Amino acid sequence: MTDTSARAERVTHALVRDVALPGGAGTLALITLDNGLDHTKPNTFGPQGMAELLTTLEGVRERAAAGELAAVAVTGKPYFLAAGADLLGVAQVTSYDEALELGRMGHRAYSVLGDLREQTGVPTFAFVNGLALGGGLEVALNCDYRTVASDAAALGLPETGLGLVPGWGGAYLVPRLVGIEKAVDVLLARPAAQKPYKPAEALEIGLVDALFEAADFLEQSIAWAAKVVAGQVEVPRRELDPQPVWDAVVAATRQRLDATIHGSRPAPYRALDLLAAARTATRDEAFGAEDVALADLIMTDEMRASVYAFGLVSGGKKPAGAPDPKIARPVTRVGIVGAGLMAAQIALLFAQRLQVPVVMRDLDQERVDKGLGFVRDTVTKLVSRGRMSQDVAARIVASVHGTTDIQDFASCDFVIEAVTEVMGLKKKVFAELEGIVTPETILATNTSALSITEMARDLQHPERVVGIHFFNPVAQMPLVEVVHAEKTSPEALATAFAVTKKLRKTAVLAADRPGFVVNRLLILVMGKVVESIENGTAAEVADTALSPLGFPMPTFELFDLVGPAVGLHVLTSLREDLGERIPVSKGLEKIVAEGTKVVLDGPKGLPKPVNPAVQDAFGPARPGEPGVLDADGVLDSVRTALATEIGLMLDEGVVAGPEQIDLCMILGAGWGFHTGGITPYLDRTGYSERVLGRRFLPDGVANVPAGTRVG
Amino acid sequence: MTVATETPAPTPRAPKRRTVRDVVFVEGVRTPFGKARPDGLYAETRADDLMVKVVRELLRRHPELPPERIDEVAIAATTQQGDQGLTLGRTVGVLAGLPQSVPGFAIDRMCAGAMTAVTTTAAGIATGTADITIAGGVEHMGRHPMGFDADVNPRFVSERLVDAQALNMGVTAENLHDKFPHLTKERADAYAVDSQAKYAKALANGDVGPELVPVAIRSAELGWGLATADELPRPSTTAEGIKDLKTPFRPGGRVTAGNASPLTDGATGCVLAAGDVAEELGLPVRMRMVSSAFAGVAPEIMGFGPVPATDRALAHAGLTIDDIGLFEINEAFAVQVLSFLDHYGIADDDPRVNPYGGAIAVGHPLASSGVRLMTQLARQFEQHPEVRYGITTMCVGLGQGGTVIWENPHHADYSGHTSADGEN
Repeated sequence: MTDTSARAERVTHALVRDVALPGGAGTLALITLDNGLDHTKPNTFGPQGMAELLTTLEGVRERAAAGELAAVAVTGKPYFLAAGADLLGVAQVTSYDEALELGRMGHRAYSVLGDLREQTGVPTFAFVNGLALGGGLEVALNCDYRTVASDAAALGLPETGLGLVPGWGGAYLVPRLVGIEKAVDVLLARPAAQKPYKPAEALEIGLVDALFEAADFLEQSIAWAAKVVAGQVEVPRRELDPQPVWDAVVAATRQRLDATIHGSRPAPYRALDLLAAARTATRDEAFGAEDVALADLIMTDEMRASVYAFGLVSGGKKPAGAPDPKIARPVTRVGIVGAGLMAAQIALLFAQRLQVPVVMRDLDQERVDKGLGFVRDTVTKLVSRGRMSQDVAARIVASVHGTTDIQDFASCDFVIEAVTEVMGLKKKVFAELEGIVTPETILATNTSALSITEMARDLQHPERVVGIHFFNPVAQMPLVEVVHAEKTSPEALATAFAVTKKLRKTAVLAADRPGFVVNRLLILVMGKVVESIENGTAAEVADTALSPLGFPMPTFELFDLVGPAVGLHVLTSLREDLGERIPVSKGLEKIVAEGTKVVLDGPKGLPKPVNPAVQDAFGPARPGEPGVLDADGVLDSVRTALATEIGLMLDEGVVAGPEQIDLCMILGAGWGFHTGGITPYLDRTGYSERVLGRRFLPDGVANVPAGTRVG
Repeated sequence: MTVATETPAPTPRAPKRRTVRDVVFVEGVRTPFGKARPDGLYAETRADDLMVKVVRELLRRHPELPPERIDEVAIAATTQQGDQGLTLGRTVGVLAGLPQSVPGFAIDRMCAGAMTAVTTTAAGIATGTADITIAGGVEHMGRHPMGFDADVNPRFVSERLVDAQALNMGVTAENLHDKFPHLTKERADAYAVDSQAKYAKALANGDVGPELVPVAIRSAELGWGLATADELPRPSTTAEGIKDLKTPFRPGGRVTAGNASPLTDGATGCVLAAGDVAEELGLPVRMRMVSSAFAGVAPEIMGFGPVPATDRALAHAGLTIDDIGLFEINEAFAVQVLSFLDHYGIADDDPRVNPYGGAIAVGHPLASSGVRLMTQLARQFEQHPEVRYGITTMCVGLGQGGTVIWENPHHADYSGHTSADGEN
């Protein structure tokens, strides 16, 4: 029997139709890429679609050679040119030859567009009417000319962020169009920042030649093409950058890659290699190199983990374990207990996204004013940067009220507390609230480390208490952990999910276990690193020992970001709840007590080095002595600890499965797609089997399945 | 102690009583007209989008016209629902990228919608409440068949206010044949064949074409295409070929698909300006509006409407039919044109009438046709400086006619229009 679980290819068709160019400039063969599905399903390319495109293009080439055509153009169905290769299809490739063919088939089809003018004198155009990513943008890059619609959602080559390289001409064509320096942005920097180009930006750097307003984009593009054909419009092309400039940019980029991702994933390096060679290689050589790089990468675990991770974070999925959204209670007025930094950030987000009145309460007017001041200052900043309109800013400021009187929460149907992390204080707040609000009012807590079950224990209506754990900075961090306490009702849980959805956050359901998901693992990792220093590893060595994992920053820079005091507090409380496997650190206590700055300042965008003063807090390092870990040893201890802890978390039922852990670590800690979050990495490095005797994910879900010939 | 200051106290602005200003036709454009059928050009194109392309083309052709100077956008449609609903003049303005400050409204007088958009906003220009307007109309008959979903008051029938058959335009055309028996089917067919031939010649000469706005058209089956030419004309039509077509409105009748306008999708639009404002901005003046009139007739013979309307418009202008050198009359039905010509003693094949052919060939997207007539008359004025006056006229369902008389600025005796210094 054949395996039907793999999704059939959504074939993007290549429809072709003749258009009379204005001014009698001849016939344009206009190709429309259209998968025949609605706007929620972008055009993508798999083997069938690419074969169809090739057939269509060969037909067009024949007509061009016969002198029937004055121009050829490619555009897409509404809102999309194409979103690139069908990633799910790519991740199902089971042999190296198949992977190699994926690259070659794209080149075969696209090269018809690239070669047509030389072969027949007929120029090719891409009318980028909508989103054009990866292989979708490369269709356009292979054409002689490009126009873009003002409302095209995104243009870019995100491949290196997904464990791939732009393998259908992008690596060779982009530096020729925009220069080597900008090409590095297009292939590496933008994908790393997950920031594709807006149409105006694409025009500015030269990825496209002309921009037309959406209202009559296609008509104007066709008129423009007619002028190009008639020689009334000339599009200047830049000279190749001089070899020394080319080499210098490549060298500087390589240094930067080493400093930031430390070889933790191959794709960015392979892309840089292709860029380095693109200046002197012939086109055929360059395209051949793209095919090989693409095939090599398709057969890596990093690429498979990236596609798995991409699938996890791609929006629109119902959170695992969430109750029926219909039972969520309406939220028309929100109370926030506390007016500190976290509280004020939450107040702003609720006012902005829920568009309901928000009451922020603290004990004295000074704190209240400070919280309100934060809201005001933040929206003022957003307005001045053009990120928010005056009117929206005015609405937000007007909808956030400050008070010192807890009675002002009386009419709130949703109250969230963000007071100091002290159990007694939180219980007191909830008890006081219960005397004021209705029995149905949802009481939420933003605690990051305390037991919510305990917090609710003495209430008359503990079932209304739910955890909603935001991450700092609230506006930027996409993750929220929604925490189910012992007695939390389905209604309270559904309301929490409904609220987080409106806040445009990704919610993950977690049980009321210490540290929930992100803090438990993140602080554990930091604890293991500190423990190694405690045991004699040099701080400098321990700080960067995890670089093969490709985390967003070294350990002490993370400490600096979180705040060493907060880190220590969570570490201590995790140890109290989870036991002695969570490390303790005198050195860290000393650092906190003395207020030692843990990192030195460095150039922006590069990792910050650990402050030598940190070493002093721990006492001198003893490298080489028995029991003192080297960098590999630290890495090993962290991997072991992670496998152990995740095994326990799954046993405890903290989350529904390893996928939720991975989703949390990607969105809450910024762990990379190439690690798949974390469990694919622990599976492929053998730690899950070594520590737990089993894999977290079935073989092949986020890795190249065993037995596949990879080279 | 008060000190007299040198600065005089601000005086309230002198209330201004405006004099009537001339209204000039600056530019008219239209989409190619398409077949209102599932396999027609615009089957998968929205009506409002057709209108948007027209408005953008008007602005593109006149970069000297600052969009914020447009004071009104009046867009007509007969069936104002779905993609022709929601106050077209406003939605189209927003969708076309006009400044938010530019207002707009929707207008309906069935087939004379765009014509009424012109006369109504022209009245505003004349009396000084607007300087520049965009007037036009759209009808996607493929999506909105005439009278679709209308809830006709039963009193029309119970009190015999209108014959139930009068709501069927084809039947009213048969009624005209009845009323004027000498307007035979043969004459109607001959007129229709002539219309097709004149259109074909105009197309070949480039007289039809310059006013067209190419429209990108999507087809899920065929992909994107571009509408650049009218879809409906049948240039090879012969009298013999249409002689035996079915008479769908009456067994043994005279009205056929050959001598009537086909169901059509399309949009038209024009820029109107006060004479002085056109001069100020350097806008071309293609025609000066002389007068206009609408008039009612029995709904059962609605096709006769242009006659009383023209009589009125001529009276307003102090002109007679003999002063008119060019006629653009909408060809809803050949017999309806013949009844007009017959009334004024004009020959069926008079070269002054519809020199580029008419709706029988190009199509009649109801509410948009009025501006097509004007756009064509403006071009004929350029070609015929010897003609001083021309008219645009059309019949309207439920028994109306509308006529606008225009003066040719290229004529030696052109009377001139209100100029920037207030002189005529």
